[in-house]
Amino acid sequence: MGVEGIGARVARKEDKRFLTGKGRYTDDMSVPGMKYAIFVRSPYAHAKIRSIDAAAAKAMPGVIGVLDGKQLLADGIGNLICGWMIHSKDGSPMKMGAWRPLAHETVRYVGDAVAIVVADSVAEAKDAAEAVVVDYEELPVVTDATKALEQGQPQLHPEAPNNLIFDWQIGDPAATDKAIAAAAHVTEITIHNNRLSPNPMEPRATLGIYDGGDDHYTCYTTSQNPHVARLVMSAFYNVAPENKLRVIAPDVGGGFGSKIYIYPEEIVCLWASKRTGVPVKWTSDRTEAFLTDAHGRDHLSKVKMAFDANNRIIGLKVDTVANLGAYMSLFSSAVPTYLYATLLSGQYDIPAIHANVRTVYTNTAPVDAYRGAGRPEATYLLERTMETAARELGVSPAELRRINFIRTFPHQTPVIMNYDAGDYDASLDAAMKAADWNGFAARKAEAAGRGMKRGIGMSCYIEACGIAPSAAVGSLGAGVGLWESAEVRVNAVGTIEVLTGSHSHGQGHETTFAQLVADRFGVPIDSVNIVHGDTDKVQMGMGTYGSRSGAVGMSAVVKALDKVEAKAKKIAAHLMEADESDIVIENGELKVAGTDKTVPWFQMALAAYTAHNLPPGMEPGLKEGAFYDPANFTFPAGCYICEVEVDPETGVTKIIQFVAADDFGNIINPMIVEGQVHGGLAQGIGQALLENVHYDPENGQLLTASYMDYAMPRADDLPSFKVSTSNTPCPNNPLGIKGCGEAGAIGSPPALINAITDAIGNNRLTMPATPQKVWAAAHAAN
Amino acid sequence: MAKITMTVNGRQVSGQCDDRTLLVHFIRENLGLTGTHVGCDTSQCGTCVVHMDGKSVKSCSTLAAQAAGSDITTIEGLAANGELHPVQAAFKANHGLQCGFCTPGMVMTAVDMIRRHGGQLDEATVRAELEGNICRCTGYHNIVKSILAAAAEMGGARVAAE
Amino acid sequence: MYETHYHRASSIQDAVKLRQAAGEGKYLSGGMTLIPTMKQRLAAPSDLVDVRQVPEMKGISVSGRTVRIGAATTHFDVASSSELAALCPAISGLASHIGDPHVRHMGTIGGSIANNDPAADYPSAMLALDATIITDRREIAAGDFFTGLFETALEDGELVTAVTFEAPAKAGYQKFANPASRYAMTGVFVVRRDNGDVRVAVTGAGSNGVFRHEGIEAALSAQWSPDALANVTVDPSDLLSDIHADATYRANLVKVMAKRAVAAARAD
Repeated sequence: MGVEGIGARVARKEDKRFLTGKGRYTDDMSVPGMKYAIFVRSPYAHAKIRSIDAAAAKAMPGVIGVLDGKQLLADGIGNLICGWMIHSKDGSPMKMGAWRPLAHETVRYVGDAVAIVVADSVAEAKDAAEAVVVDYEELPVVTDATKALEQGQPQLHPEAPNNLIFDWQIGDPAATDKAIAAAAHVTEITIHNNRLSPNPMEPRATLGIYDGGDDHYTCYTTSQNPHVARLVMSAFYNVAPENKLRVIAPDVGGGFGSKIYIYPEEIVCLWASKRTGVPVKWTSDRTEAFLTDAHGRDHLSKVKMAFDANNRIIGLKVDTVANLGAYMSLFSSAVPTYLYATLLSGQYDIPAIHANVRTVYTNTAPVDAYRGAGRPEATYLLERTMETAARELGVSPAELRRINFIRTFPHQTPVIMNYDAGDYDASLDAAMKAADWNGFAARKAEAAGRGMKRGIGMSCYIEACGIAPSAAVGSLGAGVGLWESAEVRVNAVGTIEVLTGSHSHGQGHETTFAQLVADRFGVPIDSVNIVHGDTDKVQMGMGTYGSRSGAVGMSAVVKALDKVEAKAKKIAAHLMEADESDIVIENGELKVAGTDKTVPWFQMALAAYTAHNLPPGMEPGLKEGAFYDPANFTFPAGCYICEVEVDPETGVTKIIQFVAADDFGNIINPMIVEGQVHGGLAQGIGQALLENVHYDPENGQLLTASYMDYAMPRADDLPSFKVSTSNTPCPNNPLGIKGCGEAGAIGSPPALINAITDAIGNNRLTMPATPQKVWAAAHAAN
Repeated sequence: MAKITMTVNGRQVSGQCDDRTLLVHFIRENLGLTGTHVGCDTSQCGTCVVHMDGKSVKSCSTLAAQAAGSDITTIEGLAANGELHPVQAAFKANHGLQCGFCTPGMVMTAVDMIRRHGGQLDEATVRAELEGNICRCTGYHNIVKSILAAAAEMGGARVAAE
Repeated sequence: MYETHYHRASSIQDAVKLRQAAGEGKYLSGGMTLIPTMKQRLAAPSDLVDVRQVPEMKGISVSGRTVRIGAATTHFDVASSSELAALCPAISGLASHIGDPHVRHMGTIGGSIANNDPAADYPSAMLALDATIITDRREIAAGDFFTGLFETALEDGELVTAVTFEAPAKAGYQKFANPASRYAMTGVFVVRRDNGDVRVAVTGAGSNGVFRHEGIEAALSAQWSPDALANVTVDPSDLLSDIHADATYRANLVKVMAKRAVAAARAD
């Protein structure tokens, strides 16, 4: 490994601009004539729109235009869609209700957009938005998914009787029931996975620019996947044909899934730009973000786990109700199905699994993928169940896991996944050692002397990422392929541009992708630029989510580098009159192995472009592209241990230590990987301890619509983390990478809750474990 | 509309704005200094932190008019002669940032924190002092590390100079 | 934010005059509550009279055991006053935990008490310290000043200019912060005078704002010790319930914070 190659802790190339205030986020963009948009939003969770009167608003100072959903419909702008088809177990397709970018008949959650106001300033647009008179007829509301399935509840979409979107299953119900019937012990538990707001620090924003001269649109937007945005806005929403629509996602301030989706605002601002003749910029405020950014999770599951007399798991039965909110967001159907139930085998050899999932409409914001997407739900369910079982069976939590670990690979689970590599004992050993598990009893006794209740908990997670083999996900209903593209352009002076369909919104691609090139050719990373996020510059790509940039995006770069290397070697061999099989590339030079003949990298590149002396028949230039479609998912796994101290007087949980031992396969930049783990842990701990989206069940008002009521993890809520990695390289991609972006958020919640329930001696605890809940649970146990 | 004059990053600047204009919008829109961000509506996230007369303040909860006549430093004014400020350098060296959106506020907060505490900072103090700054990417681990490293560096430099 | 008109006052007299001339005006001090409220369009003053830079409203003075804090003194300045820390460390500690460092650099004691947010810290200190609130026209005992949620005895246009109190023999403050907003979900300020008088004020918990707790006061008058509270009951019926904490839990917190405040006061 070179100092800037694979495995090096290289400081990030992109940092300087962020540290000096030169980052360029969507809200920083300004173009001549630009005006500002504010959306008129429904204050009701469910209502019919009788009429919209914008006359007074249009007469307000600075107002350019006020547009509503009827005009949008008249202009042929289409419905928002969910791009992953799921069929119910009776064979019927999922029931997708109409989601209009601007509602003109019915609003279905607080924040549903009904009109856009464009004005000279944000303040004037806000003034005018208040003057838009919308006459609503209020309808009854339901926010809870289980309740929404009952008879006689408010109905959200005529397409979906009883609000049921689909009733889906996976696995073998008969074999599972048989295992449960024959079990020596069955652990039963109800698991609630709380609803979260992703909260990237940069609120969503978009700038729509229509150029009447070329009938061309440009959309700056806070997106994790600008090409997908262009595709769906073109193919489904009829905004413009792809060749007339450029989507640019510049610096993006975090996403965590919430910026995968195409929201009404992008569509409406582009359309409004054409309608009003001015560029239109909209920037979400934080309350709008809470109201309208896709939420995450919100599951209620009943679990039965069956054990034989040797404490081996023989069956797992899961019945889940998942709340998808008022409309089906872009990938919402995949999250509680193929991203969730396919992981229910965890790290364990379970012969029979059956999961049934019902998804439901409610009068709440749409729910879609949020960091981990389905896999945190599976992990939380499994790892709380395992801990509960260990306590019931009187076995140590580590022992119960070891008894059931998968140890031979590849391993086919009963729920589609084929695990390719892993060493779960290694992670468990590493985590227990780092946490000084064996010293816990003494620490607990010491804490008890101070009146504090100490607890320890673990979680052994597995996830499937590097999504995903296109044909496989296509057969499961995905509307897109999940390959990735890359193009490597060697300039005539030898500097290099890598164009990638992956998108960095904090992950550090400008550094890690450059490290691949530095590693391959021995050129400095400063001579390598990463280009991404602009559909006019970069070939079609699928973007960044599901920890796929390393395993899929970088694999595409590797394929393109292979082609560049092959051609470079041919050119060098020709220049040095050697056989191309004898050429090696080291330290920025092409050498004939075993001789002192060399051609500097830049000279080879120049030769490619002067084309004065190339091998016969070779095209000039040095630029290669590749599309990489993964052969399988990747399977990062690990063990997390959390130790807490609960103050029985107040119920406050203090995290004493948090240990993460992960297997991510090969690692490009350990510094960045550690950072990803830290961030994931904070989000997982936030879910377990602090965060909760709370709707008033009576009227559907969002009660946690700002940081005054939605508890974000702050620095003093968290400890410094103890992280380490082990490595079983992924056999299915050229770099042996598994992915690291989501693990922290997947593995941490059950470790923390298991620690708290251990401390207080009461297993009846739901997330978030607020001081009040922990206090009440601790007292109920006493 | 009123004319507001203040010193920003060492330069006297003026601009016309409504009395209701927030300092952050004056900085971003009138002055084009977009490094100072807005991340919430309730004065909690700290992405908007600048220094006013040498002290950290939230520019999203301050009117431009309140700041008239004051001396403002934004993230753009921190690096001198193209050299990163020691706090900026420490954030880079310790991977104290990911998406970069909270970073200007974090850096301005850290500079103020180190000014008040000098080399006396410890981890618990840094975490407590970060109460007004939210980061969603880093889990704070490397931000805390960056600030402690910068404090040591700056505290050490000050001792050496004395 | 709705349109407003900004005025900067140079003196107390100037401030009152500017405020009188304004229609639906408000005084603006640090603005740490008022400006976010205006941003949310929940307040719409026609005029703002900025008193942050009025010289006679700034600063801390101590004479014997009498403390005077100008209304425009920031939380940061209160927290970092060594004179105050020597006389009444509880109020220094209270100030050092209001909001965050940036809020403390702008927010002022006068703004906090005039706003009388039911979750603010200062009202409990004023009430427990039996402070006097000084305005442009009169002096008001803290017990008469705080009248309800965001309600005070201030008349229209009346300006808080300073507060004074006698430093007690012992004082302690403990806050249980709301996990989201970090405002007090329950805060208890305890004071013991040389003559044995005890006053205990609770913020963040009461459904009608800051209040004194007679049961705790009686128990601590009898015995100035955390253990004295073992048999005190806190009635939840007048306490707040919200999504973060119900009244029963808040009642528990009142007692626990009171115990810890006494322990902190004894340690000083």
